[in-house]
Amino acid sequence: MKSRRKRERVVAALCTVFAVIVLVILLFPTYWMVQTSFRVGREINAFPPVWFPREVTLSSYIKLFGSPHEEASLPFREYFRNSFLVALSSGFFSIVLGTLAGYAFSRFEFRGKRNLFLSVILMRAIPGLALGLPLLVLFKRVQLVNTLSGLILTYTMLNTPFVIWLMEGFFADIPAELSEAARIDGCSRWQALWKVDIPLAAPGISASAIFSLLLSWNEFAIALILTRTPASRTLPVGLFDFVGEFFIDWGGMCAAGTIILIPVVVLTFFIQKWMVRGLTFGAIK
Amino acid sequence: MRTHSERYFPYVLILPSVIGTFLLIVFPLVYSFFLSLTSFHLLKAQSLRFVGFQNFWEVLHDPAFWVALKNSLLFMVVVVNVELVLGLLVALLLNRASGGQGILRTLFMIPMMFPPILVGLQFRWFFNDQFGLLNNILLSLGIIDRPIGWLVRTKTAMPAVMFADIWQNTPFTAVVFLAGLLSLPVEPLEAALVDGASPWQRFRYVILPMLRPLIFIAMTIRSLDAGRKAFDLIMLMTGGGPAYATEILGTYTFRRAIVDYQFAYGAAISFIDMVLTVGFAVYLYRQLLKGRT
Repeated sequence: MKSRRKRERVVAALCTVFAVIVLVILLFPTYWMVQTSFRVGREINAFPPVWFPREVTLSSYIKLFGSPHEEASLPFREYFRNSFLVALSSGFFSIVLGTLAGYAFSRFEFRGKRNLFLSVILMRAIPGLALGLPLLVLFKRVQLVNTLSGLILTYTMLNTPFVIWLMEGFFADIPAELSEAARIDGCSRWQALWKVDIPLAAPGISASAIFSLLLSWNEFAIALILTRTPASRTLPVGLFDFVGEFFIDWGGMCAAGTIILIPVVVLTFFIQKWMVRGLTFGAIK
Repeated sequence: MRTHSERYFPYVLILPSVIGTFLLIVFPLVYSFFLSLTSFHLLKAQSLRFVGFQNFWEVLHDPAFWVALKNSLLFMVVVVNVELVLGLLVALLLNRASGGQGILRTLFMIPMMFPPILVGLQFRWFFNDQFGLLNNILLSLGIIDRPIGWLVRTKTAMPAVMFADIWQNTPFTAVVFLAGLLSLPVEPLEAALVDGASPWQRFRYVILPMLRPLIFIAMTIRSLDAGRKAFDLIMLMTGGGPAYATEILGTYTFRRAIVDYQFAYGAAISFIDMVLTVGFAVYLYRQLLKGRT
């Protein structure tokens, strides 16, 4: 009996070691990108590789964003502002639409409910270009090409089904008796929703908001089609600007990548509790 | 007692979402189908002529389309299967690991929320032929004596792109399976232990059957996401090249519709792409429902 417990402990230790090795493999490419962004040119192109930078510089970031003494040579300030505004606005609108509809799906009976999960899955299955191409033609007619509003509208509707599905689950976790009690006390349906259910669902709403924000922040295919001016491009499309160049500026590209990365890591940290639920559209709680 | 306005309450709640989805998703997709039946060209927008199914006919006789379709399927089948197996392996490891499980799990979740285009950047840099880390390591170890152009050679480009996708998405399957492992009932496992089942038997006949629904869900989600994520990744890493080696339906649509301005032709390709993926989604959904009842 004792030897078995000992063996179990050895197995557990071995598993930890393997898990750490897997983790190193997983995080190394990201580390390499981040450190490339702080390097001087000759260390970026060094052979054999310089494992730990000996000189650190912010010059790649200054190229993208400028500094008090220097003009930026690339419009990344605009790209950052665009990405930020688009993600925040579309996140907000899809939360409003999705919370209302999610409440309906969770508390009331009506037709088409069962196919909601299917519609979310279908939305994820539509190739970005299949939607981006017709939107380019339609948006040209109503002057929404190369505008942030066009992207915000599109992302809002792309994310809404996902938010509906998540919110349906979060509302289902709240006992319906609470808002029914409020109704008996004379609240209207809207008041019961606004004063009872929404405050109780607040953690779920913020988790859905972060997921929705990240989806917009990460989107590339549709933005690539719909935005062709520096004033309207988002960061992922800005990152793609580097690709066409004959000689790729790896320092600059890695700096742009690092800027995209930071909010993703921070926000991921906040929603890790809901990660499985979010990534499987609530299919697994 | 229910008043008139109350009966419509749920419909009022879903109305904005329904209208928005119709205007910005459903209508554009129908419009795209209509455009694919015309001669619409991006630079000659005035000359819109109805041509029926001519574009579809040409697509089906276009060898590059079949290459792209084959690559899309190959990409999906390979990455999804590898991610399921590796994910299961990693989940079993993490489940048995002693201290620090919480931290390990948090760190594991980082890459899966990355935009695929960022993953593409990391691995384009990693596989770079002149200064890339991989060539650097292999050269210093003396395994190769001259740098290999991983992304510019037809034989290595596809595996390199697949590698990047597997790197990003294995944590997703792993975290899903880990959630499943942590919520498994202990009784069947204990019973198996008492009956003297070997570790392999416990895995094969107790754990695996209980994980089956999760495996199916992870497979469904990954299969449907694969094409979308691959588009971003491949656009940044290779642009579909070299010589169509990594061309998938998404990148081929972009090449024809935007780069070559043959908009209607591109719309036809993307319509076929959409019908295939959405059809597959409905099929998997039916299977999912069947498994539940």
